[in-house]
Order: sequence, then structure tokens, then C-alpha cells
Amino acid sequence: MIDSNTVLTGQTVAYTFYVLAIMALMGWFAYNITREGKSNAIKPALFYSFVGFLIVLGVSIHIITYNTIPWSKMDLNRKSIIPDKVFDISMANHKFILPAEKLMIDCNDMVMFNVKSEDLTYGFGLFRSDNTMVFQMQVVPGHLNDILWQFDKPGVYSIRSTEYSGPKGVSMIEKDVVEVVGCEPDAN
Amino acid sequence: MSFTETFMNGEQGLFKHKTLTPMQKLTLRFVVVGLVYYAFAVIEGMIMRVYEISAIPGVPSNQFFAILTAHPLVGIFGSTYSIVFGAFLFLVPFLMKKPLWSIKLGNWTFILIAVGTLTFWLAGFVTHYAPLYTLYWPLPADFTQFSPVGGAIFILGIALVMLGTFFFVINIFKTIMYTPEGWDKQPSGALLASAIGYSGIRNLFLNKKKQKEHLVSLPVAAIARGTVDTALNAGILLFTGVLILVYMVAAILGYDLKHSAVDALLYKNWFWWGLDLIADGLVLIFVAGTWYLLATLITGKKLYMENIARAALLVELVVSWTVWSHHLMSDQAQPGFLKVASGEMVTAFELITQGLAFFITLVTLWSARPLKMTNPLKFLLGGLLGFALAVPAGIMQADIGLNRILHNTQWIVGPHVHVAILVGLTMTLYSAIYFLFPILTNGARLYSQKLANFHFWAHLAGGIGMGAFMGMAGLKGMLRRTIYENGEYNVYMILAALAGSLLLVSFLAFFYNIVMSVGLKGVIGIFQPASKKTKDLLPSE
Repeated sequence: MIDSNTVLTGQTVAYTFYVLAIMALMGWFAYNITREGKSNAIKPALFYSFVGFLIVLGVSIHIITYNTIPWSKMDLNRKSIIPDKVFDISMANHKFILPAEKLMIDCNDMVMFNVKSEDLTYGFGLFRSDNTMVFQMQVVPGHLNDILWQFDKPGVYSIRSTEYSGPKGVSMIEKDVVEVVGCEPDAN
Repeated sequence: MSFTETFMNGEQGLFKHKTLTPMQKLTLRFVVVGLVYYAFAVIEGMIMRVYEISAIPGVPSNQFFAILTAHPLVGIFGSTYSIVFGAFLFLVPFLMKKPLWSIKLGNWTFILIAVGTLTFWLAGFVTHYAPLYTLYWPLPADFTQFSPVGGAIFILGIALVMLGTFFFVINIFKTIMYTPEGWDKQPSGALLASAIGYSGIRNLFLNKKKQKEHLVSLPVAAIARGTVDTALNAGILLFTGVLILVYMVAAILGYDLKHSAVDALLYKNWFWWGLDLIADGLVLIFVAGTWYLLATLITGKKLYMENIARAALLVELVVSWTVWSHHLMSDQAQPGFLKVASGEMVTAFELITQGLAFFITLVTLWSARPLKMTNPLKFLLGGLLGFALAVPAGIMQADIGLNRILHNTQWIVGPHVHVAILVGLTMTLYSAIYFLFPILTNGARLYSQKLANFHFWAHLAGGIGMGAFMGMAGLKGMLRRTIYENGEYNVYMILAALAGSLLLVSFLAFFYNIVMSVGLKGVIGIFQPASKKTKDLLPSE
């Protein structure tokens, strides 16, 4: 499965290119607006074409991500997917209550994390050892908060609350408590 | 003139506060207080930037989170509301060519926003009440972490601001609709229809001969439509405040009310519905309206595609009512259709409405070239660039796939929130301030153009730079609303702090420039009662 680092690299490239283009456009505009020259009337056709372009762009971003980011489809259809493994996790008093000291996952398993909060609104995120994020979700009290994820690379991950729950919530980190094993050596 | 003389009397002694009308004084008071609260927000921002690098001795983490709670509220209510309300209370009657409906009510708006902001800021500073502006249930009523008394004072401050906001809303709509003394009876219903955009939509479906002339100008229509969102938002915040207050009063009296009586997800939905009326409705509508106004004032030309611009403002109003779910993309109990329809698709419409405003403003400016690169024009271009950078960043994070790895990271608050507010919104407001400065001061002259140029470049580089470095940290997994005690992201945070310090220095340059332009006596004079007793906006002689 494509991982979050790959997706974010794609996003970084696309957004950086856009930023440079729009800054160049505004620089060009600011320079030329002060210069003598023809100001031909902008035809409505150009305006409507621009509107059409924005509509296509706005919609196509989501179509592209839906079809290229694997967890988008999986997330919307998670109720109809049977997971290989389920972890029931509770959160209360600014602490994680895990079902085992270490959550072991076999490579390529579909894993469901069911997280319940007994008191406040928290977050539940999985992070690599270099602090980059694998995924996160909100944990709202009184509701089932579930996320399905497929792990196809070996690794050890930490769990961290990704939502502010008061000053006491800063230290809500469980270091190296998720481990994925059994992947082929070249899957790394 | 010597430095001391200029400092006391302003540049060439041109600013005479005794010549100001009550309306000019009211607007200038709003602007001065708005700028002082902006200074609060910038200093708080810098404290937090430093804290993200290394904890500051003597500042405990709960103080940090109290600052984090107050910072956006001081920035939006204390600064932006003050400057925007002050400007619009002047501009609506200015553009309608009639007096403000009630200067007294305008003064009450000013007092309530200024006092309300100070109240909630002090409550946070002293008692460390820190549920953040999001107030996710039941955190604001978690009295194991926060004092209920401090919280109640905090909520009281917010309620005062909301009351002042209601007074502003009443004043704007009454000014549009009322008939001044000695005037022929004004068609109040038709004026309201024009202001909220009904006549603009109708014109789109009529042939040119049957189209009716707009009774209110486009900027007034934009202000009216943004004001609808302002009213709805104030209602939601007041309702939420009362709910939290019930829990606080019960706690003070020794009762422990069950948190589960309020559904946390439903609460989150209505709260974000209300908050997005500001973030996605009010800001974009008011900003688009201000761009249109500035473009027409700078060029003296008619706005390009005016009917479309009017219609787009109404579309934006509907968008702002249905867009909230993009804040709940990571809430797994939120229905999937709301995530797709409201979170992704309606949000994508903001790309269209804001893109239209961007295009229309640029074409209107282009039609008048060559233009002189004045302060209002350069800051307007900065504001346009800010939203051109921040809106697409927001569209990206409002995506089911990308939100899973961006939500609550520094990406959200950097390239999207801070670039939108600091570069997009604030530079647009600076453009309006530079434009209105000679009008509101009866011809006072700016002390230093070099300082104004520095203000522009330092603010632009600082705002974009800070947002960019925060965004880079976010892409590497750095969360917002937390503290990293081991310096995991120090490279990005040091760079963001350096960019942030440019923002602080640019503001100091601007503030010094303004004080030297009107003089210390002039600043004090703005807060003294007006000697002229007139409802006119500007002096008649």
C-alpha cells in the first residue's frame, strides 16, 4: 500500500509548484500594472473558461485522491470489510488503555482499531520512529471511533493523542507499542 | 520639525483631532484598539513560537495553553472585528450617502468588543482557562483541569463581544434600510432585497431591458451578506457559551452535572457550523467585498462582471452555511455522505467563489493600467496573493484521503490558517487602512514612505515564511496544539520564529509610522469626545 510519506511527497511537489507559479504571476502582474500598455477588455469567454477550470479542478482533486490514495476507499467502505485483526482500545484520564503491552501485527493484515473515550475528546494517531504520521483520527466520547488500516511494511510505531485534551494531554504518548512483523525483506 | 515636535503633533502638524466628526472618531477608535489587540496577538504568537523551540523559564505549560486559547480570539474578535466593524460602520453610510443609523449604538459596539476582549484575555491569563477556541466537549466543562470561576469570566467576555456584534448587525441593516430625517421615504424592502443579493440573482435571469438597477452598491451588498453570517455566528457562540455557563454555575454551587447529557459529536457539528460562518463565510465574503471596493476606488472604474460578482457572494453565503463538515473529516462517527458532500464538494466551491473574486479584482485593476504602486494597491495585491496561497491549501486538507494525514498538524495552521489571516486578510485590512487614512484624518500625511515599504515587504515575507515553515513541519508529522519537549522540530520552528519576528518588526514599523503621522496628542485626541456635534461622516467645511 502507498504510505503517507509517498502521498505527502506528491502533495509537497504539487503545492510547491503551484506556490511558485502563483507568486510569479502576481509578481508579473504587479510589475506590469504600473507600466504603460494596452488594457484590452477581457472577454467574458475567458472569465467563464476560468470558472469552468476551477470547477473541474475542485472536483477532480477529490476524484484523483479517491482513486490513488488507498485508504480513502477503505475508510468509506470500512463497515463492509472484515478485518484480520481488531484492537479495542480505551482512553480515560489522559491515558491509553491498550489490550496488550505490545500490539503485534502480521504483514499485510487489515487491522481495525476501535477506540473509545471514557471522558474527553482525544485523538488517536500512529507515528513512525522519525515522528512522521502514519494516520490519525478523532476520538469522540459516546461514539465508536474506528479506523481500518493495512500494514505492508515492517516497523515499530508509537501511539499518540492527536487532539488537545487540556494541558494534561501533552504526554499522551505510548512509545513503540505497535509492531509489524513478517514482511518480505524487500518490502521495506 | 524636530523629532519631538513630530512625535507630539504628527507629521507637519497636519492632523487636527478637533476637526474630526463623531463618526471619524468612532472609526479611528476602532482602528487604534484593533491595532493594539493585533499587537497582543503578535506578541502572544511570538511567545508561542519561542516556546515551540524551547520551554520559556517561568512560563508553565498551562500558561502556554492559556495563550494558545486567547491568541486566535484576541486576533479575530479584538483586532479583526474591531478594524472591520469600525471600517464598515463608516463605509456603509459613506457608500449609501446617508448618516449611520445610530452613532450611540456604534459606540456601544466599540466598548463591548474592547471590554469583552480584555475580559476574556485577562480570565485566561490569570486563571489559565484553556479549552482552546474549539471548546471540544466536554473539555470546557472539565473542572479537574480548569477553574469554573475563571471559565465563567472567560465566557462573560466572549458574551460581551457577541452582544457588541449584535449591535453592529442591527446598525448595518438599519443604516441600509432607514429613511434619514428630511429624506423622501426609502424603499426599505427593496433595499434589503438588493443588499442580500436577491435582485442580483434576479437580474441574471432577465434580459438587459428588464434588469433592475441595483439599489445598493456591490461593496454594501458584500458587507450585508457577511453581516448575516456574523449574526448567525454570534447566536451559535452565545448559545454554546450559555450551555457551558450552566455547567460552570452548577460546579460553583457544588453540583456535578453529567457531561454525557450533551452529545459530543452533535455539539462539534453545531459549533463548527457556527465557527465556519466566520472562517469560511464572513472572512471570504467580507474580503471579496473589500477587494471589490478597493479595486473600484483605486481605479475609478466599474467592477468587471458585477452581476456575477453579486451572485457569487450569495452563493458564498449558501456555501458558508453548508461547509462545516470539512472540520470533521477525521471524526469516524460523522456520516460519510456529510464528509463527501459538505466536507469535500461544498468546500471545493470556495475555490470557485474565491477564485472568481480574485479574477474579477485583478481584471478590474488591469483595466485601469498604468496604475501608481500606492500603499493601498501593493497591500491589496499582497492580500490577493495570501488567499491565492491559503485557499488551495485548505481545499487539499478538506479531502478524505489527505485529511487522514494532515488533520491537526502544523500544515493546517500554517499554510492555510496563518497565511489566510496574516497575509490574505490582514494585508487586505492594511490596504483599507492606508486608503482610508487621509479620509479619516482630514488629510494627515504619512510620516515615512520608507517605513510603509518596509512594513509591506517584512509583513509579506514574514507571513508567507512562517506559514511555509510551519507547513513543512506539519508534513513531517508535527502536531498543532501540543508541545514537543525534545526539540524534534527545532529546525522548522527556529525558521518559523525568525519569519514570525519579521511580522513583529513590520508591525512595530507600521505602528511607529502611524503614531508619528498623527502625533501622540492626536492619538489621545481620538479618544476625547468630539467637539463637532454632527451626524455627517466628514466635516462639511
